[in-house]
Amino acid sequence: MDKNGAELDTIFLAFADSTRRAVLRRLGDGPASVSDLAAPFDMALPPFMKHIRTLENAGLITTEKVGRVRTCELNPETYAAVEEWLKEQRQQWASRYRKLDQLLKQLKEKDK
Amino acid sequence: MKPDLHFSFQADMQSNRLTIRREFDASKDLVWDCYTKAELLDQWFAPEPFTAKTKSMAFEEGGHWHFAMVDPDGNEHWVRFDYKSITPKDGYRAQDAFSDADGSINRDMPVSIWDVTFEDASPRTLVQIISTYETPEALQQVIDMGMKEGMKATLSSLDKLLAKLS
Repeated sequence: MDKNGAELDTIFLAFADSTRRAVLRRLGDGPASVSDLAAPFDMALPPFMKHIRTLENAGLITTEKVGRVRTCELNPETYAAVEEWLKEQRQQWASRYRKLDQLLKQLKEKDK
Repeated sequence: MKPDLHFSFQADMQSNRLTIRREFDASKDLVWDCYTKAELLDQWFAPEPFTAKTKSMAFEEGGHWHFAMVDPDGNEHWVRFDYKSITPKDGYRAQDAFSDADGSINRDMPVSIWDVTFEDASPRTLVQIISTYETPEALQQVIDMGMKEGMKATLSSLDKLLAKLS
């Protein structure tokens, strides 16, 4: 349980920064090199690499170094959580609307 | 058998927007009432297993609906809808925010704007809700919260299962 709690904290720490969220959004379009990812930010490479490592430690991205280029990619497993959230939202709407169907049926009966 | 009522749910992460469209087998007047009168909203607005409980309602421009989603243990999760503009029977625009029991809006939580439209598709009515978050960060925050809750739920059901097995 402690281990899981610690993992969860790492993930939320990773999300809790606008640079890291921007990197995640950019990676949503496909894999990219660290230098491409760093380009939009007015930031030296060492602090930027720290963000990349935070994301990697949280399991949100994976990185691979080929020659001099380090390429980053979203980790689909962690990102499945987003899909899960959308599925839940959809189910919640389906649930309230089933209730509304019932209510409308009752109201129509009463009107007759 | 009647054909299924149309239902679609779309998320646009680029524009921070959720679009929910649904058909109802009733007149526009009746559906409008169900969306705008507290005693009717209380009967459907909270998804299972929650129930909705209105504390105050003023369906008018500048007015607001303050209600709680009550879970099966009796915990209250307060929500406040502020009505920005209303076109009777056709639609309204409102701000959806978390609040406390006194109706003060929780500024730490993301707020979204709802654009709701009602369209006559006699004998049915088509309702569209477009829920827009202020920024991509706000939508991300909502997703993160949902993810955290989801993980907590998964972990706690795992704990229960483990307790049962040992």
